[in-house]
Amino acid sequence: MKPAISVILLTTLIGVAQGLFLAYYSAELLSLLMILPNQVLVGSSWAGIISLILLVGGLIASFFHLGHPERAWRSATMWRTSWLSREVIALPITMGFIFIYTALKLTGNQQVIFSLGNGNQLDLAAVVGFFAMVSVFVLFICTAMIYTCLKFLQEWHSPLTVLNFVLMGCASGFVMASAMAAYFDPQVFGYISSAAIVLSVAALISRYASLIRNKNLRSPSTLQTAIGIHHPNIRQIAQGAMGGSYNTRAFIHTYGPSVVQFARRFFLIAGFIVPVLLLAISNEASVVICALAFLIQYAGLLAERWYFFIEAKHPQNLYYQMIS
Amino acid sequence: MTVTTIEKSQIKSTTCYMCACRCGINVTVEDGEVRYIEGNPKHPINKGVICAKGSSGIMKQYSPARITKPLRRIPGAERGTSEFEEISWEEAFDTISKRLEYIRETDPKQFALFTGRDQMQALTGLFAKQFGTPNYAAHGGFCSVNMAAGLIYTIGGSFWEFGGPDLERSKLFIMIGTAEDHHSNPMKAELAQFKRNGGKFIAINPVRTGYAAIADEWVPIKPGTDGALLLAINHEIIKQGLFDRDFLSKYSNSPDLVNVDEDSDTFGMFIRSELDEEKKCVEPENKIWWDRHTDQAVSSHTQGADPRLMGEFELEDGTKVKPSFQLLKERVEKYTPEWAAEITGISADTIRRLAHEMGIVARDETIELPIPWTDAWGNEHESTTGNPVSFHAMRGLAAHSNGFQTIRSLGILMSLLGTIDRPGGFRHKAPFPRPIPPCAKPPKSPEDVQPGSPLEGMPLGFPASPEDLFVDDEGGPVRLDKGFSWEYPLSVHGLMHNAITNAWRGDPYPIDTLMLFMANMAWNSSMNTSRVREMLTDKREDGEYKIPFLIVCDAFHSETIAFADIVLPDTTYLERHDAMSMLDRPISEFQGPADSVRVPVVPPKGECRPFQDVIVELGSRLKLPRFMNLDGTRKFKDYKDLVINYETELGSGIGFLAGWRGKNGEKSLRGEPNPNQWEMYAKNNCVFQYELPKSYQYMRNWNRGYLHWAQDHSMIRHTDPINIHVYSELLQKFRLAAEGKRKGRQPPEHLRERVRLHFDPLPFYSEPLETQTIDKGLYPLNAITQRPMAMYHSWDSQNAWLRQIHAHNYLYMSPSVGAENGFDDGDWIWAESAHGKVRCMCRFSESVEPGTVWTWNAIGKASGSWSLDDKANESKKGFLLNHLISEEISSGKGQGVYSNSDPITGQAAWYDLRVRVYKAGDDEPKETSPQFDTMKRVPGMEPARGLWQSFAKGLLNSGSKNKSGQE
Amino acid sequence: MTQLALVIDLNTCVGCHACVTSCKEWNTSGEAGPMADKNPYGADPTGNFFNRVQTFEVGVFPQTETIHFPKSCLHCEEPPCVPVCPTGASYKRPEDGIVLVDYDKCIGCEYCAWACPYGAREFDESKKVMKKCTLCVDRIYDEELPKSLRKPACVLACPASARIFGDIHDPESEASIAINLSNGYQLMPEWGTQAANHYLPRRKVDIKVHEEDLMRSSNPLDKEDRGQREPTTRVTLDDSTSW
Ligand SMILES: Nc1nc2c(c(=O)[nH]1)N[C@H]1C(S)=C(S)[C@@H](COP(=O)(O)OP(=O)(O)OC[C@H]3O[C@@H](n4cnc5c(=O)[nH]c(N)nc54)[C@H](O)[C@@H]3O)O[C@H]1N2
Ligand SMILES: Nc1nc2c(c(=O)[nH]1)N[C@H]1C(S)=C(S)[C@@H](COP(=O)(O)OP(=O)(O)OC[C@H]3O[C@@H](n4cnc5c(=O)[nH]c(N)nc54)[C@H](O)[C@@H]3O)O[C@H]1N2
Ligand code: SF4
Ligand code: SF4
Ligand code: SF4
Ligand code: SF4
Ligand code: SF4
Ligand SMILES: [Mo]
Repeated sequence: MKPAISVILLTTLIGVAQGLFLAYYSAELLSLLMILPNQVLVGSSWAGIISLILLVGGLIASFFHLGHPERAWRSATMWRTSWLSREVIALPITMGFIFIYTALKLTGNQQVIFSLGNGNQLDLAAVVGFFAMVSVFVLFICTAMIYTCLKFLQEWHSPLTVLNFVLMGCASGFVMASAMAAYFDPQVFGYISSAAIVLSVAALISRYASLIRNKNLRSPSTLQTAIGIHHPNIRQIAQGAMGGSYNTRAFIHTYGPSVVQFARRFFLIAGFIVPVLLLAISNEASVVICALAFLIQYAGLLAERWYFFIEAKHPQNLYYQMIS
Repeated sequence: MTVTTIEKSQIKSTTCYMCACRCGINVTVEDGEVRYIEGNPKHPINKGVICAKGSSGIMKQYSPARITKPLRRIPGAERGTSEFEEISWEEAFDTISKRLEYIRETDPKQFALFTGRDQMQALTGLFAKQFGTPNYAAHGGFCSVNMAAGLIYTIGGSFWEFGGPDLERSKLFIMIGTAEDHHSNPMKAELAQFKRNGGKFIAINPVRTGYAAIADEWVPIKPGTDGALLLAINHEIIKQGLFDRDFLSKYSNSPDLVNVDEDSDTFGMFIRSELDEEKKCVEPENKIWWDRHTDQAVSSHTQGADPRLMGEFELEDGTKVKPSFQLLKERVEKYTPEWAAEITGISADTIRRLAHEMGIVARDETIELPIPWTDAWGNEHESTTGNPVSFHAMRGLAAHSNGFQTIRSLGILMSLLGTIDRPGGFRHKAPFPRPIPPCAKPPKSPEDVQPGSPLEGMPLGFPASPEDLFVDDEGGPVRLDKGFSWEYPLSVHGLMHNAITNAWRGDPYPIDTLMLFMANMAWNSSMNTSRVREMLTDKREDGEYKIPFLIVCDAFHSETIAFADIVLPDTTYLERHDAMSMLDRPISEFQGPADSVRVPVVPPKGECRPFQDVIVELGSRLKLPRFMNLDGTRKFKDYKDLVINYETELGSGIGFLAGWRGKNGEKSLRGEPNPNQWEMYAKNNCVFQYELPKSYQYMRNWNRGYLHWAQDHSMIRHTDPINIHVYSELLQKFRLAAEGKRKGRQPPEHLRERVRLHFDPLPFYSEPLETQTIDKGLYPLNAITQRPMAMYHSWDSQNAWLRQIHAHNYLYMSPSVGAENGFDDGDWIWAESAHGKVRCMCRFSESVEPGTVWTWNAIGKASGSWSLDDKANESKKGFLLNHLISEEISSGKGQGVYSNSDPITGQAAWYDLRVRVYKAGDDEPKETSPQFDTMKRVPGMEPARGLWQSFAKGLLNSGSKNKSGQE
Repeated sequence: MTQLALVIDLNTCVGCHACVTSCKEWNTSGEAGPMADKNPYGADPTGNFFNRVQTFEVGVFPQTETIHFPKSCLHCEEPPCVPVCPTGASYKRPEDGIVLVDYDKCIGCEYCAWACPYGAREFDESKKVMKKCTLCVDRIYDEELPKSLRKPACVLACPASARIFGDIHDPESEASIAINLSNGYQLMPEWGTQAANHYLPRRKVDIKVHEEDLMRSSNPLDKEDRGQREPTTRVTLDDSTSW
């Protein structure tokens, strides 16, 4: 597949947003559960704001992908069958919950909903945050399923795709959250940054697993099944359009193998290894190092998402191999 | 339906001209604009179907490459720079007619009129003759004259527009060297039907594309070697006795006895009885057979006689004679399948098998139709029979310098199989068959060209002997293109491809004015294109151009426009009247004559004016006799009027159109002019069809009923049977002259050997001339072109839809060629011939014979032409093979040069080209070479179109950046 | 239930592209249109087409088959392009099985194109909506047309009658008969799309010549044998008898 820039931006940006929210909200939850020391997190509202900004950014990016953004509302109608439609619904819901969550935090609303057995009290924000958390996961699944459900795009058609989207989104969000924690809430830095390390390593493992899986994939579609002629030696001579067509422009990339290989190495290193190492050395809770780790990771994940497209072999390309 | 009106939109019938196939179309016109073009289901040619080109007519009509104003080269601007200014039609007519008037009164030869792939030879030929210039020809000479001449001189008809395979009843069909051809849509329809009926389709072609793609068997042959294959098949057919003896003895000259006494002055001529020696254009029926029953010589076609086809006999006077079939048998003896295998690259077993399949299907699957008929000798036949093997061949055979004899071999093979004008075989289309050769003759001497008077004879005709050549006392040519001279005696369509070179060199003489109509001679219809472009701009010592005045009539911004002194903007096919006339090439079917017309469905764009009207105007201004009344007043208002009122001779009742003649349109084929003829055509799908009685539809060469009918309808003068020339005595006449054994005209000394060699009364195989004159080791590959189905010559690059299918071209070749020369699929390479080189891209293909490279014809364009911008694929990546093909070839004996053509017919030998290929340097630009300066747009053309263009409901919208087409 | 479709006969398709431009011509002025062209007279001209003819080579020289392969939307019975569409712009008509795009609903997300394994959809880059073969739905039901012309433009155009239009669920239709008789097949059956359009394979005709076929009592060569011989130069009884 040819990488679609707006889609790359959309998925990575909202991934960060979702992970960031989760990082802070999970810290909050854990402290409520007394797993982490009980405390007030200064960064929560910031996390909400940034997360919202990123979600909106992703949404805007996705609009660039649409031919008719003014009709975008229509895309919510087919939630029964379309994962894209579901994503279109999940995204604003997530945004809505995060927005309310953030607003509650910012207004300092502390209305108690009920008390936990351990004496901690659950306020409205925490409850809304819980719903936001659920919708973040739903959103993760919807986004990932857009790709996963295309069964002939075998590289995508795997539970690993969902896992990857969740883990990478979380990892990048947690890395960003580490930087914020280093600044606002050093007390949870340890938790967030170690979670970021764990998530990044998990994402690496799961992404690597999909790389290995994809390497050995063989599509049941071949030139033989594409044109229905069963002969070992078939070759296209002309595709009927010498100046190219939508099918060549939208699906076929022209990057050479060295570029692709570089991208793979780059995203493995920048997307996972470097940020993990940086976080590991930054036990000092250094904002700069964590921010650097995030930026490098994000660049890596952009490359990863780019590679994600490049890696997927669309069977339609069988019909568009040669001009003359 | 001819004109149907639905609301404000109308459907009008006319005839397509996106190619020469002439399908019927229905054009939906809405608010005066073309909206939709579809096939006309009621049209006999295409029966409703339409091709890729036909469906893209809208993009031609609204092409930004249209020329819309008469133009004059800006005084002082150099020719070729495409600097023009608008002039009025009056100015254009005035300039041209003054010049032509002077030429006509002084030396009419100084005016040459050459027309390209047009359908208007009835009119242009008339004009040239009336003007008095011999220098007239249409595309035939560079197109397929070998096919026309080779078969007309053998069976009295030909493929091409004149006849074709009866695929409805055929069981075995062999297509040789054909890509798309003139019968485009019908051929596709018939082939599909033939395949569904279970027939076997064999394609003999170095390349497997198009039609050949769906063949049951592909026989990849080396180019230029079909003669060897066909002779070997003839060898095997004769050896196995698989020929139709009955057919040959009755209907061909196979049994006619030939004088084989080498010392005799009539060696190689038929023995003739004294009887019936009158001079006419048909052969007298006074030949001799050797009767098998009585074992003695008898007059040919003696009732009850059964002639011998083989053996050697002695006449009473001691003359040694042989039936001509015996001579054929002896001739092909050496042409064994093994011999041919070496030359053609086809195994001897395959050749034998092909011969057996043809012979056995022809013999064992005979067709009998319950159609009684009477032959020319009065014998009644209860039924019409046929042998279901048919052939179709075109330029793959024709466009070689050995093509004429190759095509003779094919005509003979078709005759051996007994398949001429019989069910399941080859069928004629009116006005064919014609006598062998047809009666029209070219002028005979320089005296036939006289100032101020029409040409004596037809500008183009069919010589029957050296006496019919158009030469001066020294045997030198009178025509500019040297047609009908000893160099190309049977050049029945002229040699347009040498006109510019000859005029430039002044050999045989310089000319003053060259007028080109519908011919892109600065590009794809010239060989040696780069050089020809220079010739058009070369100047004499006095500063005048070597060809002083060039008039170009075109509808589009073609490469040739750039070289014009005057440009005349023509209409498109949707804007004018046209007649596909019985006097030229009608759309006749096997069942009988048919002709058709075009009528305008939209008004002309800008100041475009139909070329036909221009010719009528010029003819009238020049007061050419046939354009004037006896009282000296102008006779025809315009072309439409001419078509109605013109008669071949006063009161002949024959005119351009055969349908709805007579005062009220009640007569067919012959009759007085009908003032409403056009309207009647328009009402009838623009077609006139005449169906012959069934008993006249077959065996027409010998069918008394048909021949009489044809005479009654003035299609032929004589009703004599047209026997097949298995042996061509006519060619022998030229040979005897060359050998000095014949009285009368003699070839100049330096041409004697050439004429002697090639004018062989029996077909023989020789390598193409180019192959004989160059180092084959140095140029190991044959290079040919083919027509793509979705493009017509150079016309269609201005067509926004079609050019997406063929934007540029590659040189296709076997991967083995790449491997041997060290390059990969898609690489930039050089293709180099003995005459020039081009840089192009290669494409590997498994469907080409490994000794051959090929490309689509005329896709490559000169920069800026056809309204394309200077970055268009056509000029950056596309290339024209013509740069590599020389229009001349060394005579090899220091006797100067000959045209790169068949030495018999002057057919351009496009496909004799030999090349070598090698990788282009990595530092070389990734664009084709040669490149030419970008051609400028000319006044009257629409401004260049924007980034987007879209067409809907008769509206064409084009916008610049990112503006969507239209709402 | 009706499922309209095209059956494409690769046995007779000569690759003429008539179906390509006639489709463009019909649709550009029809409900699908206009179908824009980009760079119409410049470098790499490209435009919106619903049907393309491609060429494949099968086998190696000299056993090469050249296959011309027309392809438009196959109107899958289980079209993967339809359920993914978030707007419902892509839909399959229950009454005749035609898969269509409603341009007024389409947001141009191109997701359906990703979901078509055949590359049969073509986004209109000027109108920014997804387009594809409509099976000439604006033609085949047009009561103003004579019945014989109520067929897709490409079918009417095809000179080689290589395009058969009909209801593949009606076993009596020309299309179904052709599929059954000539082993019609679907493209990429592995994805379960149940493409409605079918393709008919090449079918070869061969002529078998038997050795005996070359021998016939009627061989014309026999007629040419004169049955007469030249006199011998050897001494014979004629020279030495005196009866
Ligand atoms: N679409 C379309 N149709 C056209 C035209 C067009 O430009 N476009 N042009 C029209 C005109 S003017 C003409 S003259 C006709 C010509 O119609 P064709 O004669 O069909 O035209 P060519 O493309 O020259 O095809 C020549 C074929 O012969 C093959 N060939 C070349 N050399 C040899 C050989 O030595 N032996 C054999 N056996 N085969 C050989 C080539 O591979 C090619 O397939 O087409 C007419 N129809
Ligand atoms: N290498 C190679 N060269 C070849 C051939 C080949 O096979 N190989 N084939 C040869 C053959 S067979 C032929 S017939 C020639 C064809 O060569 P040409 O006769 O030169 O044919 P076209 O390229 O069609 O160009 C004819 C001109 O007619 C113009 N035209 C189109 N429609 C109209 C109209 O309605 N009115 C007027 N006035 N002009 C119009 C076009 O714009 C164009 O400039 O090419 C020959 N050249
Ligand atoms: S074959 Fe095509 S271009 Fe030629 S006349 Fe017929 S429809 Fe027109
Ligand atoms: S071919 Fe593609 S676009 Fe057409 S119905 Fe099937 S999946 Fe959808
Ligand atoms: S591009 Fe249009 S039709 Fe396709 S999925 Fe998106 S909204 Fe649906
Ligand atoms: S059915 Fe209509 S829309 Fe579909 S390919 Fe044919 S002409 Fe085009
Ligand atoms: S119109 Fe018919 S023959 Fe021509 S390419 Fe299309 S399917 Fe094939
Ligand atoms: Mo031609």
